[in-house]
Order: sequence, then C-alpha cells, then structure tokens
Amino acid sequence: MIRFDRVSKRYPPGVDALSDLSFDVAEREMVVIGGHSGAGKSTLLKLIAAIEKSTGGAVLVGGQNVGGLSRSALPYLRRRIGMVFQDQKLLFDRNAFENVMLPLSIAGFPPREAAQRVRAALEKVGLANREKALPVMLSGGEQQRLAIARAVVNRPSMLLADEPTAHLDSETAADVARIFHEFHDVGVTVLIATYAGDLFPGARRLQLDHGKLVP
Amino acid sequence: MKVWLAHHQEAARLALRRLTAAPLNSLLSLLAIGVALALPAGGQMLLANALHLAGTTSAVPQISIFMAANAERRAATEIESRLTRYSGVKQVQFLPREDTLARMKANPGLRDVIEALPANPFPDAFVVTAKDDRPEAMEKLAVEFRQWPKVEHVQLDSSWVRRLDALLKLGRTAVMLLGALLGAGLIAISFSIIRMQMLTHRAEIEVSQLLGATDGFIQRPFLYYGLLLGLGGGIVAWLLVGGAALWLRTPLSELVRLYDLTLVLQTLDARDSALLLGFAAGLGWLGAMISMRQHLRQG
Repeated sequence: MIRFDRVSKRYPPGVDALSDLSFDVAEREMVVIGGHSGAGKSTLLKLIAAIEKSTGGAVLVGGQNVGGLSRSALPYLRRRIGMVFQDQKLLFDRNAFENVMLPLSIAGFPPREAAQRVRAALEKVGLANREKALPVMLSGGEQQRLAIARAVVNRPSMLLADEPTAHLDSETAADVARIFHEFHDVGVTVLIATYAGDLFPGARRLQLDHGKLVP
Repeated sequence: MKVWLAHHQEAARLALRRLTAAPLNSLLSLLAIGVALALPAGGQMLLANALHLAGTTSAVPQISIFMAANAERRAATEIESRLTRYSGVKQVQFLPREDTLARMKANPGLRDVIEALPANPFPDAFVVTAKDDRPEAMEKLAVEFRQWPKVEHVQLDSSWVRRLDALLKLGRTAVMLLGALLGAGLIAISFSIIRMQMLTHRAEIEVSQLLGATDGFIQRPFLYYGLLLGLGGGIVAWLLVGGAALWLRTPLSELVRLYDLTLVLQTLDARDSALLLGFAAGLGWLGAMISMRQHLRQG
C-alpha cells in the first residue's frame, strides 16, 4: 500500500531529514515509527500525505507516486488518508461537531449523511455528549480524541498519526492507543510516529535514527 | 445538484456569519464602498433626470414657421397644405394665433400685459418636424420655407438641442469614467478586506488544505464574503442616492419652475438599481477572487 523507494528529504540549507529510506507497508498493517526527536518521523508522514515533497527517490501510495501529483490532484489523495497531527490542528472557533464535519463538507457529503457520520465518529471516540463543546472546553485527551474522530470520519483506508499520545497522561494515552487498535482491527492501515511504541503492542516497528532506518 | 446547492448555501451562510461577527468593521467597510459607489450612481440618476427633462421639452430639432401678422387664415391653411405634402416634412403642428393668445393669457405673469394690448399680437404658426434632422438638412428646409408666401419668420431651433445633447454626452462619459475609477477602487477595497479575512482564517485554510480541500472549496466562503460586501455597499449607495434625491426634489423643482419647466427628481429606476447592485456585487466578488488566487498561488 505504501512504498518508500530510496527516499531522501533535505531541507535548506542542506539538513538531511531522511536519507535513502526504503520500506513497504502492506494494506491493513499497523506500523509504529520510532526514533528520537528530530529523527525524521514527522517528515516521513508528511511525505506520505504529500505535505512535503521528497528531494530524492519516490513515495508510492496505492501505486501512485505522490511526489509527482499536480496541485489539483493533491486534495483527492489527502481525502483517502486520515491524519492526526502532532499539534492536532483543531479549529478553535468551531465546536466539536463542526470540526469533525469539516472533512465531510470538503468531500461533498450530503449534509444529513454527514451529520450521521459525525455523530458515529464522535461516539466511537467517546465524545458523543460533547459535540457542542468548543475545543478549548475539552481536556488534552478529549482534544486528541476529537482529532482522531476528524481523521476517521471520512472512513479512510489509511490513518497516519504524529505523536498522538504526546502530552497525555499514561491512562489517557492508553485510551487513545486503544482507539487506534480498534481502527486497525476493522482493516485500516495505521502508521503512527511515536516515541511511546510500547502503547502499540503487535505493531511492526520501524526505528529511525538521523533520517535512516536502523535495525 | 442538491448537494452542490447545499454547499454553496453553507458557504454563503459562513460568509454572512463572518460579516456579522465584527459589525462595526463591516459597517464601516460597507459605508466606504457605498459612498464610493454613490458618486457614479448619483451621477447616473442626475443624467437620467436631465434626459427626462430634455425629453419633455424638445429633444427633436424642429423648425418654427411664423406667418405674417396680417396673413389671413386662408394663407395659413395653404401653407399647412403645402407642408403636409412636402416630402422632407415628417410632422406638422398648426398653432392658431387664438390658441397662442389663450395660452399666454393663462400665464399669470403675462395676463395683464396681454389684456392691455388692443389686438392679438401673435401670428399663426407651425412647428415642423423634419424627416432628416441633420443640421444641414434642417437649414436647407428653413431657407426654402422662408421663400413661401406670407411667411414672416422661420426659426431653426436645433442649436440648443445640439448643445444639450453634447452636454448629456459629456455627462454620460463622466459618469462612466467615474464608475470605472470607483469600480476599480471597490475591487481594491474588496481585495484588501479579503486579504485581512484570509489572515484571520489562515489556520482554517491550512487545515482545510491538509484535509483535502480543493482551491474552489477554500475560496467559496471568501468569494461570497466579497459578494456580500459589494452587494451591501451597493445597497448603501442606493439608499444614499435615494435619500439625496428626496432631499433635493423640492429645491430642484422650484429651480426648474423658474425656467417654465417641470421636473420631479426621480431616484434610480428599477433597471439602474438592479445594475448598481449587480455591478457592486460583481466587483466585490472579483476583488475577492483576485485576492484568493494570489494567496493560494503564493501558498
């Protein structure tokens, strides 16, 4: 499903974030990408969603070289991918329901069906009773779960998460990790960049060190 | 189609929500646009009234033929008959001297003077509309009519019409120029306001792009915002022009009455009002579109 073929990423003025990286992720697989801060975990996820472009090699998603996609084709790739960002990127002037509704509005879902899906996603992450709450009214764990609901509401085949348990206490982090396992169990391909790989038992591990895979 | 409409409705609703979120800012922006648009709209209103005034007097150049004071009615009938048959004449209106006298007596300012005269001083007269109203053709007709028997005086009244026409043309050009200049100003205002809006909603734009929004989806609420801004400004301009028309109506009527004319100052008619609102909304939309395109291209 995902193939990294000798991928490199260099940021100006010549900092190598990733070097000659090659690996495959199969459909319905769960992969944890570990490594210290600055190892290139976030960059790797950004390359998959074409938020960044590689400076060498090719990133293939479903057989498609995402680095070669035109500006007009990018949105359609991103709609197939659910992303949980390290800083969550919630919209603080919209309530929980509206935040989760956004990907469905973007994808052009009919309003009634979209509303049903939003409620189902909020229920799945345990926020069914908080749909009117603004993000600022939610706890850190609830905000993270809201970000997950927004990432999965589109029912993507692939879920990418960047440090989804950072800044959470151990109990809340375990709760969030359980949600990812549940999505994996129903056939979603999951890639998680995290320093807390222990929270995801059973997942394949890729370890990054200074932009390179280490055994 | 229903879904597409629902999304446009949602974008318009969002734009309206943003517009009303900062009422004072929005009001001042609408006022700035409204005042800018009121100038050409007001010019158009005055022009339309001037055209109307010209139309109620005599926009078509005519030739006036005055018979000799001692000419009998038979001579006038003969001239009328010649004029009716004449190939270059389109229309003839006979003004019997008795009717002219009665009309003058009806004027309170002249009644006493007229009644003091021993006899009717007015001659029989004709007002002739020519088929060809070019100045040279009219002049040729006038020369010919002067040679007809019992014709005392022939007056060609096309020169003032030409002057009025030239003035109206100048007015129309000035209104168009003003409209173009202030229209460009409206685009600039809309561009700047939308740019500020985009900076305010930068996070939302970024998140939407990450979630797979197309440029069209991102632009839509901003375009509606620009459209509403322009439309709102157009409504303000319409109200300003309407208010000014009401205010000026009485003093202007009094002024033109001194020239024996009648004018009730009319505000913009339905066609001009629709044009003003459509023009304003379109320019607001255009300013927003230029602003969005530039932003997204840079992004």
